[in-house]
Amino acid sequence: MSDKKAKSKQEKYGEVAYYPGCALEGSGSAYNSSTKALGKALGLKIKEVENWNCCGAMEVKNIDPKLQTYLSSRVMSIAANKMNMNTVMAPCNGCYHNLKKAEYDLANDEETMEVVDRLSKKAGHETYEAGQVETIHALDWVKETIGEEGLKERVKNSLDGIKIANYYGCMYTRPRHIFPEKDAGPGSESTSQPHFMDDLLEAAGAENVEFPLKTACCGGAHTLSDSDTSTLLVSNILQAAEAAGAEVIATECPTCHSGLEMHQIRAEKTLGIKTNVKIIYFTQLLGMALGLKPKAVGLHENISNSFDFVKEKGLA
Amino acid sequence: MTHLHALADISQRLNQLTAQPAQPSDAAELLALGEQSLEHWVRAKGKEPTQDLREGYRLLALHRQGADKDPSFNACRETCRELVYHYNLLTLEPEHPESAQRARMMPLVANHLFLFISGKLESQELGDFCCASRPLREKVDETLPVQ
Repeated sequence: MSDKKAKSKQEKYGEVAYYPGCALEGSGSAYNSSTKALGKALGLKIKEVENWNCCGAMEVKNIDPKLQTYLSSRVMSIAANKMNMNTVMAPCNGCYHNLKKAEYDLANDEETMEVVDRLSKKAGHETYEAGQVETIHALDWVKETIGEEGLKERVKNSLDGIKIANYYGCMYTRPRHIFPEKDAGPGSESTSQPHFMDDLLEAAGAENVEFPLKTACCGGAHTLSDSDTSTLLVSNILQAAEAAGAEVIATECPTCHSGLEMHQIRAEKTLGIKTNVKIIYFTQLLGMALGLKPKAVGLHENISNSFDFVKEKGLA
Repeated sequence: MTHLHALADISQRLNQLTAQPAQPSDAAELLALGEQSLEHWVRAKGKEPTQDLREGYRLLALHRQGADKDPSFNACRETCRELVYHYNLLTLEPEHPESAQRARMMPLVANHLFLFISGKLESQELGDFCCASRPLREKVDETLPVQ
């Protein structure tokens, strides 16, 4: 990437409209608190999207995909037209994916444009037009504003000696066509071998292990409706992480994170498969590397208990 | 053409290979178990599994056949490619210092492919409405436009 382009992204992402989404107000609360704490520690500004709504998640998309597109477009419309922001940052893979999908559909499908326009008028707000904002993930946010070198300069408690398997889940990279900025040459994120989380954690001192299931399905959407399938898939991911030598699975999606935590317990109870690998959000790991206390990054809000581990590693 | 093993038999064999440290010499069998898992998926869709190769591998051709008109099946695309990658590592460099570790990992990759496919055979929607962006109820969508 050219210096000019890098600088423009740095400036652009320095202040973003923050879209936490529903999961971060519930089961992913630790991701919410750690993202905010990390941003503050890095001097990045966030403005929460005013009066935001659900992105349509999986439930609405399942019933009516155009309604989901409208719901996601409303979030982007508020950011662009009410808050005058040009970037929306969504830490949740589901929200990130849905906003990117809405962006794509609104740029390419006339029927979707008509439906979204009709619903927006009915709801009494300006119709979102493709291109008004750029949606980014929390990984892009940190990577493009601070980057590896910036992180190295700020690290107070190195993650040195911590072996990490980076788990991205499925929605961060699929389907490829809704992420035009990925697979765009040197420096860009890869849809087949994502590495942004690896890069950031390595810059904070961690040792990333070779992990072949970094984008494999965890059965997340079926975690309650078909728990047995999810438990088997998660259990295999956890065993693979341990076989790769990882002590921690770093996550960047609240659905994956909760699924890994819940099914780690369930696998032990129902299958007798015990794994000890810790499941920690990348924002929690980076926050602690910057010197934040475990409670400040919501470690106590995780289902699994990682306190003894982080203490042992000198992060608490 | 090899005999298509039952899903239960594939599962049993994968569990054996996962539980005991596999050897580099198991790589061909693990790749074949991956192909058999995919064959089950293709047959369940009412098609004859292809004998073609893609990038030199039947496994990748079978995946492509399985994903035809079913983008949700791409949720196991990288797992298939990782399986081929491990097969290559183990067969091209069986004496490599990392071979034992690679042989330990390959059954877990093959097992993930099997679990995804067998899960999807039981619960067709697995992966459908998360990463594929495909609505489950397309027919309903056609008849009930959004108001």
